[in-house]
Amino acid sequence: MAITPVSSPHAMGSNRTRTIMLQVLAATVPGLLLLTWFFGWGTLINLLLACGFAVLVEAGILRLRKRPVRFFLNDGSALVTGWLLALALPPYAPWWLVLVAAGFAMIFGKHLYGGLGQNPFNPAMLGYAVVLVSFPMEMTSWPVWRGAEQLQPALTPTLGLLEGIQRVFAPGSLPADGWATATALDVIKNNNSLTLAELRSAEPALGSFASRGWEWVALAWLAGGLFLIRRKVISWHAPAGMLGALGLMSLLFWGGSGSGSNGSPLFHLLGGATMLGAFFIITDPVTCATSARGRLIFGAGVGVLVYVIRVWGNYPDAVAFAVLLMNLCAPTIDYYTPPRTYGHAKAKRGLGKVD
Amino acid sequence: MSAQPRIWDIPGGIHPPENKIQSTARGLEHPSLPARLILPLLQHIGSRAKPVVNAGDRVLKGQLLAVTDGKFSCSLHAPTSGIISAIENAPYPHASGLHEPAIILDSDGEDRWTELQPTAGWRSLEPVALLDLIDSAGISGLGGAGFPAAAKLLSRPDHRIDTLVINAAECEPYITADDMCMRHYATQIITGIQILSHILNPERVLVGIEDNKPEAIAAMRAAAEGEPVSIIEIPTKYPSGGEKQLIQILTGREVPSGGLPADIGVLCQNVGTALAVHDAVVLGRPLIHRVVTLTGAALERPTNVMALIGTPIHELLAFAGLQPERLHRLVMGGPMMGFTVDSAAPVIKTSNCLLAGTIDELPPPPPPLPCIRCGLCAEACPAELLPQQLHWFALGKDYPQLERYNLFDCIECGACAYVCPSHIPLVHQYRAAKSEIRSIELQHSRADHSRRRFEERQARLEREAEQRERDRQARAERAARAKAAREAKAASEKDTPAPVAVAPDLARIQAKNSTLTPEQKQLKVAASTARMALQRARKQLAANPDNLDLQAQIPPLEQAYADAQRAFEQATSQEGS
Repeated sequence: MAITPVSSPHAMGSNRTRTIMLQVLAATVPGLLLLTWFFGWGTLINLLLACGFAVLVEAGILRLRKRPVRFFLNDGSALVTGWLLALALPPYAPWWLVLVAAGFAMIFGKHLYGGLGQNPFNPAMLGYAVVLVSFPMEMTSWPVWRGAEQLQPALTPTLGLLEGIQRVFAPGSLPADGWATATALDVIKNNNSLTLAELRSAEPALGSFASRGWEWVALAWLAGGLFLIRRKVISWHAPAGMLGALGLMSLLFWGGSGSGSNGSPLFHLLGGATMLGAFFIITDPVTCATSARGRLIFGAGVGVLVYVIRVWGNYPDAVAFAVLLMNLCAPTIDYYTPPRTYGHAKAKRGLGKVD
Repeated sequence: MSAQPRIWDIPGGIHPPENKIQSTARGLEHPSLPARLILPLLQHIGSRAKPVVNAGDRVLKGQLLAVTDGKFSCSLHAPTSGIISAIENAPYPHASGLHEPAIILDSDGEDRWTELQPTAGWRSLEPVALLDLIDSAGISGLGGAGFPAAAKLLSRPDHRIDTLVINAAECEPYITADDMCMRHYATQIITGIQILSHILNPERVLVGIEDNKPEAIAAMRAAAEGEPVSIIEIPTKYPSGGEKQLIQILTGREVPSGGLPADIGVLCQNVGTALAVHDAVVLGRPLIHRVVTLTGAALERPTNVMALIGTPIHELLAFAGLQPERLHRLVMGGPMMGFTVDSAAPVIKTSNCLLAGTIDELPPPPPPLPCIRCGLCAEACPAELLPQQLHWFALGKDYPQLERYNLFDCIECGACAYVCPSHIPLVHQYRAAKSEIRSIELQHSRADHSRRRFEERQARLEREAEQRERDRQARAERAARAKAAREAKAASEKDTPAPVAVAPDLARIQAKNSTLTPEQKQLKVAASTARMALQRARKQLAANPDNLDLQAQIPPLEQAYADAQRAFEQATSQEGS
């Protein structure tokens, strides 16, 4: 570390990187509580595993890289990566899956690029994408929500703590049927013959707006996101871009309520990982575009890609892929969206040099 | 003026704790006369003033001590009566901590004025005469940059100034000097503004004051009653008092990048400068004192003083009850844009505040963390730059990109570094990059200059060579014509005896040279080579007289040259005999 110079400004604001990270974590609490209410202890177990792995891996690599371990662990960024990964992974994901995702996120997503602030890809989404393409079975086993057994007696939600731990560390010892089911996004995607009304009565996964249980979690993410915007931890641009673009796409390609329906705008906005992605994932400043206009474009790109992959692609949800693809575009977006500086007639767009 | 004219918002900006009330409770105090004043010759932007007094001279208060040197310069006057004890390098308030030439004045305690020449009817004076008065009073801007006031009023003579802006925003935390100035001298300030207005003849005069100074606003409004001067309350937001920012707030116009406010018909002067203009014109008093805020938690009684220019900082701090054990950092100016100073340095014309901060007030910055591109800096930047990108390019020393991202439009207000959650010393990095770019440009321009000189020299040498060639040909032609004429004449005068040969010696030498045998030529070349080797060795020896090797080389070379010369001479004399 260089010696810090004594020059102006001598006064210092009270903001700290650590404070920012902790506020992000605090904003996820309502969603986290609802997830736990609906799906049992799975998300909390995820959280402990993912955060523990992420922090351990970070500490190990900092030591390998001969960096001050405590100093960098203190910024809380590893915790946030693990935390967000845990929220994105299906509850009761096997422990090794969480380990692979967290390890990949920290090693390949963050430290091989030089650590905090240097990584082009969102580490959590990189880890998520790796396990999603590698272990599709485990990644699409979403547990049954609280109350499902009243709709279909064959389903049994995993609500007990011991049962949950067993599910994570020794899934073979429990019955494989009835604890997991298709998500609403799957149902809509695979539906070819039923109208949405018929589908809703046949498939318990569909809730009143989007996905049963999930729609409330999505609203909790939204509330947390609005809190972050209010606290100026994140700016409104990227979420507005993503939700706006996704809403517009789903409106244009809605297809009504018949069997060819791709789902209503509300279904897409409140379904899957949309809200989590919009407020907690794409707002990662390191991997997002940096100017206000750039963030709007970045968010819109994610929104369009999420819809395209959900509806015409091979994966039921698409936030991770959409985010990674837009991460690739972020530097270019930055070059073309600088603000107009005081005293200049217009902004200088483009790369400005040919190397 | 009752109706508040429209104002505009500036992008970005921050709201740091104001910390202004500490220093406003005691009014404006007058410390006792200091025993010794340090008067640097450079208290403004531009060139140093030239002393017109000598050590040992007795001077009166207000007497001229140093005159302007060039267009951008300010004269200097004695702040009190006494004896010039020295003119020498002395402590100087600058971030570098380097000393500057200064006139040292030992006070005689009498504080006796020189004869002043007040101008009662200034309204009847021509603008040029008023400018002269301002110039000879040694007034530089009192806001901070210290631009010579007269030069600024004349900065773009071909541009019409339609708006005179008086900067009384005082947006930096802690500083209350302008506030106190307005509370105590509102009438004089308004007169000063009218004098400026008389010089410039603008369509409107706008005084911008942040709304955290209600007493000053009330005093200024009362003094401006019935006068064509608008006192405008602006929202408190740092850095609204930056010249470009205040112009944007009050007029909605932006000073073009790299330009001056005069380019858009605006001229900006600080409120303290207006008071100095009043004193200079109406009272005939040169600029010898100014209001200085003494503040910070290391002072027992923070206050504002009317301090004589040149008063050593430590005397003012003692006046305000400095507790040395609590002092952590001494800053001249505010906590956002000020710089650390040595307390042996004096206050000068641009010193608006001394901030004696404790460790809690101005804590040492924690070690910086990596930038996470959170963008808070971009939201705070009043110039709408992207500080996070500039940081990136500054780290990579990518100077073309820094210029492309308008590094030079950065006003160094420090808002970005203030909000940075990673405590990155952004302003420091930009300053370093700016100076690096400037020095590269200087090198380039010097290299260009040298290259142009070299090319021009080559062209000149070529021209001269061509001229010589032409001259030679002309001479040869003339000679050929003369020869032909001579031969023709000789042919016609065959019978007459041949004339005596012209320049026989020259002819003989030429003949001799041209008739050397190949053997003789070889000997001649050998002799001159030996001579050259000898000369070179002697030259080297002259440069390194202690070099034993060279000393040893000389005798054999001398011998070789003598032998070669002798051989050549023998060969030619044998031929001749």
